[in-house]
Amino acid sequence: MAEFGNPDVVEEEVDILLIGGGMACCGTAFELPRWIEASGKDISVKLVDKAAMDRSGAVAQGLSAINTYIGPEQDPADYARMVSNDLMGITRDDLAYDLGRHVDESVHLFEEWGLPIWKTDENGERFDGSKGMTSLKDGGKPVRSGKWQIMINGESYKWIVAEAAKKALGIDNIQERIFIVKLINDKNDPSRIAGAVGFSTREDKIVIYKAKAILLAAGGCVNIFRPRSVGEGTGRAWYPVWNAGSTYSMAAEAGAELTLMENRFVPTRFKDGYGPVGAWFLLFKAQATNAYGEAYMQKNKEMLDDYPPYGQAAVPASCLRNHLMLKEMKDGHGPIWMDTVTALGNLRETLSPREVKHLEAEAWEDFLDMCVGQCGIWVGENIEPEKKNSELMPTEPYLLGSHSGCCGIWTSGPTDVGAPTTETEEGVPEHLPQGWNWGYRGMTTVNGLFTAGDGVGASGHKFSSGSHAEGRMCAKSMLKYVLDNEDYKPELDTSVEDLVAAIYQPVRTYLEFKDYTTAIDVNPNYITPKMLQFRLQKIMDEYVAGVATYYNTNAEMMKVAGEKLDELKIDAKKMRAKDLHELLRAWENYHRILTAEAHLKHIEFRQESRYPGFYYRTDKNFVDEENWHCFVNSIYDKETGKWTCFKRAHVDLVDKSKLFK
Amino acid sequence: MPTFVRTEKCDGCKGQDRTACMYICPHDLMKLDKDGSDTGHAMKSYNQEPEQCWECYSCVKICPQNAIECRHYADVVPLGGSVQPLRGTDSIMWTIKFRNGNMKRFKFPIRTTAEGSIDPYAGKPEADMAKIEENGFFNHMEQNGYRAGDPSELICK
Repeated sequence: MAEFGNPDVVEEEVDILLIGGGMACCGTAFELPRWIEASGKDISVKLVDKAAMDRSGAVAQGLSAINTYIGPEQDPADYARMVSNDLMGITRDDLAYDLGRHVDESVHLFEEWGLPIWKTDENGERFDGSKGMTSLKDGGKPVRSGKWQIMINGESYKWIVAEAAKKALGIDNIQERIFIVKLINDKNDPSRIAGAVGFSTREDKIVIYKAKAILLAAGGCVNIFRPRSVGEGTGRAWYPVWNAGSTYSMAAEAGAELTLMENRFVPTRFKDGYGPVGAWFLLFKAQATNAYGEAYMQKNKEMLDDYPPYGQAAVPASCLRNHLMLKEMKDGHGPIWMDTVTALGNLRETLSPREVKHLEAEAWEDFLDMCVGQCGIWVGENIEPEKKNSELMPTEPYLLGSHSGCCGIWTSGPTDVGAPTTETEEGVPEHLPQGWNWGYRGMTTVNGLFTAGDGVGASGHKFSSGSHAEGRMCAKSMLKYVLDNEDYKPELDTSVEDLVAAIYQPVRTYLEFKDYTTAIDVNPNYITPKMLQFRLQKIMDEYVAGVATYYNTNAEMMKVAGEKLDELKIDAKKMRAKDLHELLRAWENYHRILTAEAHLKHIEFRQESRYPGFYYRTDKNFVDEENWHCFVNSIYDKETGKWTCFKRAHVDLVDKSKLFK
Repeated sequence: MPTFVRTEKCDGCKGQDRTACMYICPHDLMKLDKDGSDTGHAMKSYNQEPEQCWECYSCVKICPQNAIECRHYADVVPLGGSVQPLRGTDSIMWTIKFRNGNMKRFKFPIRTTAEGSIDPYAGKPEADMAKIEENGFFNHMEQNGYRAGDPSELICK
């Protein structure tokens, strides 16, 4: 009989394992069975999610917009250009372009499945998505809240997408509340993936999967930096607090090449609640000002010229918009305000009372669909946006690859868009592929290991819809991989005993030492996952350009951080878990440490400040187009615990000069 | 705004092994206190790690007894406001109470089809294995959403 500290061990062999239950894996779960059926082969699939698919991943709470919808009027090349400029010129055009041509196929399905999408009629009046107007598929006009965004009534967005995924894949092929914590390479071929191991957060059970192909799509990384709110408000992260860097760390330990891990996202959001600002800027036409009513984007406009050409596009890169705002904050001209009063006042002048009432509902729905916590701030502070302005604030840094960030895993792209097939930079380790595609779309540099969504680096601005589409692309290529490797029999490079011992170490540590002291949280033999997380956040915040230093760091500070992280990694082996919930936290924080370390190593390696407004290297406080217009990639050696960083050449596959005409 | 469970309303999902809130919480926060040893309230659930609560309201919306509410982050927000939903099959109703007593109510659609009614492959073509390495999905252009793009934009091709 299993008990705490003595789990059942379940071994299972499948052809394809999907790790994660967010938008990406939902896309795979929908697309894959159809291809398996067509192949006529008996291919087994399992999806494992650490939460419940109805409300897991970044879309769990819902969304008020689909941020990537190309529409019939725009070209995938326009989209790839926007992605590139927003991320300071260094993205993979092949990945962004490919996403751009596929993504609307998923958006149209969402509408068919029941997601209400706002529409405009021929007079330009807006209607919510329940009014039965012409679907997007049949030429209906969405409500644009920006060039690429469309508004939705998205409270149940994930619920709907998960329903389709679960039905398509079959509930018997899905296991919820299983947290995968390590990937396992093949015993005979370390460049190949052979399986994964994790545990149940509901019963004393370890699961070990053997698989020919694995999709790793377990989200981005939150809470490696000390958040601005450190009490109960710790949970009010901008990105979902349960995204623990599992994607990046597990891939790195399996030997996958990471890319642009120096990139981070520091969104400017409504202060404390982190409610979305996009609709306020773009739909309601509000302005952000300093304390004295000055619009800093105009006032500090010339600062954009310091960063050609990225500051000179019609929409300057997101980090540069932060850069102009931080100037006001550092000069002591805060607080920064979103002028909602003027914006709504202006709109009221031209609208009927019915339309005004609708407008007010729209403004509230923007939060209620995806960030109820912001409404919590508003009700507590008696903020009605037509009467009282709200503060803005840049958040603590986040690492992600699907929103307005581009860190992640180096993945194989499409072959038909002119991507490089050779590498011109010196120093790329020999075992790694040369060009930007190596056989299977979405595959990492580890054979059989695929990724999507937040996992795919160098191609941000995919958001929910793009992550779904990327998951669907992986479905095809994973099946192809499995069919091409029909005779392959995975063998794990680690014994079951060793895997079990490693996974349950925090539990065993706890059981061994818990009676040494009278207070279970204070014990010299172990560290709680919570305290370990605090230590990580303190290091990253104070030395690696967190909010404590206004996002500044330098080589000397990073050297100190590196030493402190080395010690933290050693102490991470002494984490305790007093129950399965804490075992979940222990492994999440283990993943966070490795992700944080990758971030540090990449910023150290890149001898410039590529993302002003997101971070500054005060010792290299410039963008160096001549030497650093390139990718910074890395691999991790799990035996030595060391990172190797190197450059890869950047090539434009679409003409970026069109952005500046 | 961590969620909290109202003692007099929670019925522990009628003695089942798992409560609805435990099932749904994306961050594994809700816990059924079976014997009351954690909270003094046996067979009722509680938020075991409120400082990790994202306020996603998944538990609030799913609770069959409407026993779960939110109290805004104590380290950030003045007391007294509340934001409470009632999620139905096709829409959600929000009751918003400000600290000063002002109230607002909103109703928004959440889906246009009946829950559980999605038939994922109904009316969809089968996949064509001959096209597995081509662009597009199994139902290529059935949704009119593939954007082929202007080939002249690809400058390295």
